[in-house]
Amino acid sequence: MSVFTAFDHPYFTHALLAGTGIAAAAGPVGYFLVLRAQVFTGDALGHVAFTGGLAALALGYDLRLGLFAATVVFAVLIGALGRRGRSDDVAIGSVFAWILGLGAFFLTLYSTRGAAHGTAGVSVLFGSIFGLSAGQAGVAALAAAVICASVALIARPLLFASVDETVAAARGVPVRVLGLAFLVLVGACAAEATQAVGSLLSLGLLAAPAGAAHRLTARPYHALALSGGLAVAEMWAGLGLSYAAPRLPPSFAILAVATAVYLATLFTVRPRRGRTMTSRAVRGNVPGRPRL
Amino acid sequence: MSLTDTYPVWSWNPVTDLRAMWAFPFMVNAFRAGTVVAILAGVIGWYMVLRRQSFAGHTLAQVSFPGAACATLLGITPVVGYFAFCVGAALVIAAIPRAGQGGSGQEAALTGTVQAFGLACGFLFVALYKGFLGGINSLLFGSFLGITTTQVAVLTAVAAATLAMLALIARPLLFASVDPDVAAVRGVPVRVLSVAFLVLLGTATAATSQITGTLLVFALLVMPAATAQQLTARPAAGLAVSVLVGLAVTWTGLIAAYYSPYSIGFFVTTFALGVYALARLARVLAQALARRAPASVRLSGSAV
Repeated sequence: MSVFTAFDHPYFTHALLAGTGIAAAAGPVGYFLVLRAQVFTGDALGHVAFTGGLAALALGYDLRLGLFAATVVFAVLIGALGRRGRSDDVAIGSVFAWILGLGAFFLTLYSTRGAAHGTAGVSVLFGSIFGLSAGQAGVAALAAAVICASVALIARPLLFASVDETVAAARGVPVRVLGLAFLVLVGACAAEATQAVGSLLSLGLLAAPAGAAHRLTARPYHALALSGGLAVAEMWAGLGLSYAAPRLPPSFAILAVATAVYLATLFTVRPRRGRTMTSRAVRGNVPGRPRL
Repeated sequence: MSLTDTYPVWSWNPVTDLRAMWAFPFMVNAFRAGTVVAILAGVIGWYMVLRRQSFAGHTLAQVSFPGAACATLLGITPVVGYFAFCVGAALVIAAIPRAGQGGSGQEAALTGTVQAFGLACGFLFVALYKGFLGGINSLLFGSFLGITTTQVAVLTAVAAATLAMLALIARPLLFASVDPDVAAVRGVPVRVLSVAFLVLLGTATAATSQITGTLLVFALLVMPAATAQQLTARPAAGLAVSVLVGLAVTWTGLIAAYYSPYSIGFFVTTFALGVYALARLARVLAQALARRAPASVRLSGSAV
């Protein structure tokens, strides 16, 4: 089977277009998520996407409207309620356990209304990237481009604020606003990724390439690009794998490739203790400004 | 057995209502299982919240889904899958070195990857096992109505064993959770205790997820415990409050689900969040009163 036969199918090219955009957005956002130790928040936002998506379906709106509205509102809520601190983990956990219960409520509401809706919950939870129309794929790519541009726009001050919040605040960087803006980006990204791999698996797309990039390089801008590049490559490999072996669902194939790459970096690359970005930046802080 | 078209009506007479509800054997089993789960999750969850391992607990809870799906695919009883995957994932997470309290982003990235990959595997197993798709929702969200007497017996045995093990390590674990550095200096085997606790957490989530479904185990683990820690800092009192809150929300959730078409998970999580919010409010009010009380005492004293 030639590789190029895949491109004869419109569903594959749509998936490739949407998937590339989504992965390119998830990589850099995930890098910051890992850097700021907010992976649990990303997890919570993925679950919020599930509830939002099903709420929109149950109330008769477009799925994407629910995805983006719910995740962005919840992100603002998290950002406004608490400083980013360890103590808030429990509050986040409590709220998102309830969000899931609410999702179960909307699921029964939606699936009892018509017999054909029985699998809607499954496709929101686990994604259906091979089922995207041309219009959906275009919107997904556009939204991903906006997320990427926003990340690029705030990358520099956000890096500073993530590595050393106190010094950044003292230097006049608007740490709180940046944190809030970043959470909104994470929310939008979780909503985006839900269309590709589902709300439950969006965490993997955020965490795995970023974890690998963290492992491979200590230089932040290289790592940002590497995280995005890895995510896109993993997305392509996963889509190709799933096309070649139709028994593998695309969500599984993408996640399997991403996990394999991360595990490979975990076992082959030793973490460079002395030269991690944090210690470099801290050392840089002593005489003057950190070299970010 | 299912309550499809008509729903029973609450008659405002609790005795007749409970008697009518318990006329169904599946409701009796649901109450028994719910009670055991609430006690187990309340106790283990209290330690989980204390140790700030909510993310690990959530990941263990999610991994029960591929476990059940894999067991079904292989044609063995799901119980085996639940325990094998949950305890296995607990060992994987225990192998990740912990970098201080709460852990670093790198450690969380690995935990998150384990979780997402586990769920993706579950989805693969479901896709490979055709005809299973109808059951995926009950696997994820649980169905209190289908609990058999055997399951209750297994659940009770596992819960008793888990709680006995926890009782055995309760004191050193408390020490190691509150101050790992001092505990290590005093000769408490912090690392071994951490692994043992994660395995117990895995066992508890495996036992619980058979009843509540994969996605809602976490609610019973985290919410009653979080409520208890808002209300009291004393371990014994905290454990008691955690268990009591768990029991209350499970029972009321069961009753509400029995009288309505909506899922048990929605009611349990909603009630639990309500109690948690009330506890936070109570704490804020108590602190405000405590700030005012000495002032008023001083004022009345000076007047005299």
